Amino acid sequence: MRTVALIKRICQEMLRDKRTLALLFVAPLIILTLMYFLFNGNTVDLKLGVVNVDNSLEKILEEANINVIQYDTADKETIVVEDLDGLLEVKNEKLELTLQNSDPSIAKALQMKVNQSVSLHAQSKFLNPNTAPVAIQKKNIDTQYVYGNSETAFFDVLSPVLVGFFVFFFVFLISGIGLLKERTTGTLERLMSTPIRRGEIVTAYLVGFGIFAVIQTVIVVLYSINVLDMVMVGSVWNVILINLLLALVALSLGTLLSSFAASEFQMVQFIPIAVIPQVFFAGIFPLEGMADWLQSIGKIMPIYYAADALKGVMYKGLHLTDISGDLFALVVFATIFIILNIFALKKYRRL
Amino acid sequence: MNYSIAINQVSKSFGKKVVLNQIDLIIEEGQIYGFIGPSGAGKTTLVKMIVGMDTPDAGTIHVLNEKMPNLELLQEIGYMAQSDALYSELTGMENLKFFASLYKLNKVEIKERISYAANLVHLTTELNQRVKAYSGGMKRRLSLAIALIQNPKILILDEPTVGIDPELRLSIWNELLRLKNEEGKTIIVTTHVMDEAERCDFVAMVRDGVILTRGTPEELKAHYQVDNFDEVFLKAGRKDS
Repeated sequence: MRTVALIKRICQEMLRDKRTLALLFVAPLIILTLMYFLFNGNTVDLKLGVVNVDNSLEKILEEANINVIQYDTADKETIVVEDLDGLLEVKNEKLELTLQNSDPSIAKALQMKVNQSVSLHAQSKFLNPNTAPVAIQKKNIDTQYVYGNSETAFFDVLSPVLVGFFVFFFVFLISGIGLLKERTTGTLERLMSTPIRRGEIVTAYLVGFGIFAVIQTVIVVLYSINVLDMVMVGSVWNVILINLLLALVALSLGTLLSSFAASEFQMVQFIPIAVIPQVFFAGIFPLEGMADWLQSIGKIMPIYYAADALKGVMYKGLHLTDISGDLFALVVFATIFIILNIFALKKYRRL
Repeated sequence: MNYSIAINQVSKSFGKKVVLNQIDLIIEEGQIYGFIGPSGAGKTTLVKMIVGMDTPDAGTIHVLNEKMPNLELLQEIGYMAQSDALYSELTGMENLKFFASLYKLNKVEIKERISYAANLVHLTTELNQRVKAYSGGMKRRLSLAIALIQNPKILILDEPTVGIDPELRLSIWNELLRLKNEEGKTIIVTTHVMDEAERCDFVAMVRDGVILTRGTPEELKAHYQVDNFDEVFLKAGRKDS
């Protein structure tokens, strides 16, 4: 009964606070959309200057989507003046590639494409001088993919992690500041002079903010899958389940940390400590290459498990039984934080 | 006479600072008991311990013969904090309803108590406004209404009339006296305002964590041979220093 009254009050307050609602429901969608366009942008046109290069090689280069420009003579000066990404020259029967390298990733891409084209060119000459290079290109290595396909963009692998992260981040922030507001305005202390139990307050906060976390999770997941067209091989229900557990962890961690913050500003200071490091272990950076001690740090981060499960379901199509270990870890995190929350409220009243 | 509140050898310190030092106090049922004293004297700490929001380092506090802190007993204690602890996004009505629903009251009782309490503090017409639009005095009045909401046997009011105009202050005091006389409630008030101290049945003067002097306002005035309560306050403080 008291819990219900408290839940009702939390909802009333949230619904009055339009900006916070917008932050909770609209901000993740905007950021996800931005990320989508950022990572799915088309690769830049590569501009390559050529001097004395074989016509057939030039053709192959053009087929590899390289913008080829012929020069009679050229040097480093030309690259800079003409803003070329690279210059391919035949000097003494040898190919020489000069790269502008103002952006290493473009330089790498160009180098790779030129190498491929050159070897393709050499192959075509060696196998059958009369066959058109186009035909050979079609006989190229037939590539198979275990997960995803040739259309897979970085965003598709990243997106499950992002969905989980935004759910975590916004729920953490809003629940933490929600309880903090109650502390700073003195209403929490006032509540403690009523017969309400500490457990009832924690429960009400979990359920009250939980309702909004559920709505946010559903909106973010549905938007990502239907509008942004994220890869979604597994069951959407599993995705929602994982995110709900993650939201519960964020909720209990947010309210717990808020008891160590004296103001909203101090709450925001927890973001670089409690939230940002989790991004590093969420699987955006490959974990396998990390040092062992670093990997074990990752294992105490809730997002590590959520990201693993989300990737499993959304990208690899794993089933509930495959991700049960991750889900269990999240439940353990939430339970620990909830119990600590009840103890943290002892500061206000023993009972 | 029944004891409503019995404080026995209570001490409390925050870190090295001793806030309360071996306080003994008996408050009888159906009295208005005033705690007066300068800021930082320990009045609020004492009051919070009676409510059970704070626990003494040493000594015991019994309210209605039960040892505090005691959750069940909070149903019988109405508390008004020094700062207005209200939900500013909600209306006055929603604040009252919320606090009412934390106590054991049925729907009919809740309705009755809300209209009674709102009427008492003259807020009935403003109940549907959000609290953030309230003036300081209105917030104070709403806090008082919330303290009365569950019809408690004991009322503990921490500086209840700060920021309330003299006319309303008079009507609140008349209501406190009526609550005491007709409903036999025990009321504890902390105050800086000396004419309010004079309306109490008993007054305890708290300073630096000890009770300097106590008694009826008349006794205190006679003891210090003054006819004005302001001077009692000054003389009691001076005697000690």
